[in-house]
Amino acid sequence: MSKLLRPSLVLLLVLTAVTGVLYPLAVTGLAQLIFPRQANGSLVEKDGKPVGSALIGQAFTEPKYFWGRPSATAPNAYNAGASSGSNLGPTNPALAEAARQRIVALRRADPGNEAPVPVDLVTASGSGLDPQISPAAAQYQAARVARARGLDMAQVRALVARYTSGRQFGVLGEPRVNVLQLNLALDAMPAGSVPGRDAR
Amino acid sequence: MTANDILQVGLFLAVLLLLVKPVGNYMALVFADAPNRVTRFGGRAERGIYRLCGIRPDEDMGWKRYALAMLLFNVLGLLAVYLLQRVQQWLPLNPQHFAAVSPDSAMNTAISFASNTNWQGYGGESTMSYLTQMLGLAVQNFLSAATGIAVLVAVVRGFARRGAKAIGNFWVDLTRSTLYVLVPLSLLMSLLLVSQGVVQNFKPYVDVPVAQATSYTETVKDAAGHPQKDAAGHEMTRDVPVVTQTLPMGPAASQIAIKHLGTNGGGFFNANSAHPYENPTPFSNFIEMLAIFLIPAGLCYTFGRMVGDRRQGWAILATMLLIFVPLTLGLVAAEQAGNPALHGLAVDAHASALQAGGNMEGKETRFGIASSGLFAAITTAASCGAVNAMHDSLTPLGGLVPMWLMQLGEVVFGGVGSGLYGMLAFAVVAVFIAGLMVGRTPEYLGKKIEAHEMKMASLAVLLPCALVVICTAVAVLLPAGVAGVANPGAHGFSEILYAVSSASNNNGSAFGGLSANTPFWNVLLGLCMFLARFPLAIAMLAMAGSLAAKRHVPESAGTLPTHTPLFVALLACVVIVVGALTFLPALALGPIVESLLSATGH
Repeated sequence: MSKLLRPSLVLLLVLTAVTGVLYPLAVTGLAQLIFPRQANGSLVEKDGKPVGSALIGQAFTEPKYFWGRPSATAPNAYNAGASSGSNLGPTNPALAEAARQRIVALRRADPGNEAPVPVDLVTASGSGLDPQISPAAAQYQAARVARARGLDMAQVRALVARYTSGRQFGVLGEPRVNVLQLNLALDAMPAGSVPGRDAR
Repeated sequence: MTANDILQVGLFLAVLLLLVKPVGNYMALVFADAPNRVTRFGGRAERGIYRLCGIRPDEDMGWKRYALAMLLFNVLGLLAVYLLQRVQQWLPLNPQHFAAVSPDSAMNTAISFASNTNWQGYGGESTMSYLTQMLGLAVQNFLSAATGIAVLVAVVRGFARRGAKAIGNFWVDLTRSTLYVLVPLSLLMSLLLVSQGVVQNFKPYVDVPVAQATSYTETVKDAAGHPQKDAAGHEMTRDVPVVTQTLPMGPAASQIAIKHLGTNGGGFFNANSAHPYENPTPFSNFIEMLAIFLIPAGLCYTFGRMVGDRRQGWAILATMLLIFVPLTLGLVAAEQAGNPALHGLAVDAHASALQAGGNMEGKETRFGIASSGLFAAITTAASCGAVNAMHDSLTPLGGLVPMWLMQLGEVVFGGVGSGLYGMLAFAVVAVFIAGLMVGRTPEYLGKKIEAHEMKMASLAVLLPCALVVICTAVAVLLPAGVAGVANPGAHGFSEILYAVSSASNNNGSAFGGLSANTPFWNVLLGLCMFLARFPLAIAMLAMAGSLAAKRHVPESAGTLPTHTPLFVALLACVVIVVGALTFLPALALGPIVESLLSATGH
């Protein structure tokens, strides 16, 4: 036993140094050198200052913005300091009730739109920080956003298309639209240059 | 199921199978007795480490000494993680100033990471300092995985050696697993992950202004933390404006790489691989899935080479796939079919070119149904336990699959090393059953299977089963166990069954609704994780010790060939029958009854 103690202790220290110090430092050094933008959080900047991350969603509740996935983080939606899903079971009445309320909220913001709501707009994401929605969910909201901003549908559609990515390599994952980047682009559109402002 | 669902599953399997041989061959060289081009490459560094530690690399250990070294090393590692958590407030690299972790939670986490379970009762971004994550958790990610590989290699030597007293040197196997296998693969994978957007830095969290200010309502509390009430007796509330968002940072990629390669599964962030900084794109998701199966699948080939008959390795791999593929397709189909509870509402859950559809609660848009379902099956077939979707919100049958994959004993790929030695225990049971049928002494890989081997194999097979059944019963009988349940009805029972199954098979995933960061759950699950890991490994080493001493029995007309489709089917049946007989009654009370209720609209 005592003959095993020294190898145990010293090997633990040596391998801790290798895997707990050298390895993460090497990865950090290489990552900062080769992929500095990604390694530091894929920040989106405006006027040289970070205004969010392309990978972390934000909460939107006004009709003029595209809304993201419902978020179950506490105490407020899209709290990036406490990522979490709802953990509601499939037969929990609270799950169906939350979905019903989300449909009511979406319809109140968009009177007259009676189309069925894409499922990703009424179900909470796994992380509570999902930066994206499905193209179906963007399409569902496009008319509302265009109306609230006095924009042409064609303009909004073009912008949605710009922030839509297809399946990666044509196979992996799902098509998706980045909500924060899309909304920031909408905000950046110069107000005066908008044709068809009174077209509604 | 959509065509793309099947395409994604097929593509994953194809890439995995392409990698089995190169990875398996490489590991066979790493653990070969004779020096070769791989071990010569790192020879100088290796010898330096051995000299520093006072290790004689040519010492061949008997199984008892091997087991003692393994146990001692792991207990020391466990204590180190415990201590780090208890004193992190005084140590550097704690920019968020996190306090010491409570004793029961720190004990649970220390066992959890040392036993390769990585069950997490805490939220990473709100509990652990960067230093604790790096020096404690990330290190155990490596060392627990390396321990699993070392034990496996020793067990395989037991089958391969003839008339031998020893089964190898634990220090050498551990060091080589770490330096030759885990570190290089992790380096490569970290950089791939960072290229997709996983963070890797030592910066404090970044505050950004939000595009649209919102607010939330909170109850007003007095100095003692009790809700204040107004004159009418109602709780007073106030609106809190939200104008900034705090983005978490940290050395995530380096830890996530080994979390997958070592089938650990403990997330850097609370949402684990659902978090966009932990798993940002469908491609990062593909790499993370591949990394979970890479070493367990490769080791099957390594095993075949070490026992001198590659067909034996392929047969084990085929058995794993035979169980894995149908269960995976079942899970994906259940999730794609969606949740009947939403059918009465104005919801569009049909799969189309514009959306994944299906049951999206707890899932991320970029992963949809196929990438989430496949991940859930992989992470529970292997004892990884990372999640990219919340398993608590899976449909009843979709949630049954991961639960049962764990209950099968984590032998369908399973943990690195531990999955294969678990499967070898089942193989010993399978040849024994076949031997009973024809009335012959069973043999496996040229070794007679006798009473001692059968005792050890039965222990390895039955120990996790017993832990799950007994500890679930204890938890549902005690108020402290039921108190953590989040969802009503049968699903609440599923949460408990899932947690105990996860801990007792060293998986680590959870039905996350269960509030398990309480002294009761921390102690119960800590016990399950420890007992499922170390006694089982020691039983397998004891079997290896006695096998190594045996003479080789030449194949005869009465020998059951163990590389044929017949044996593959027999072995799969043994695994499934043990899992079904033990757990169907419990599963009937949880996911099965919930599924029936759900289908009838309750």
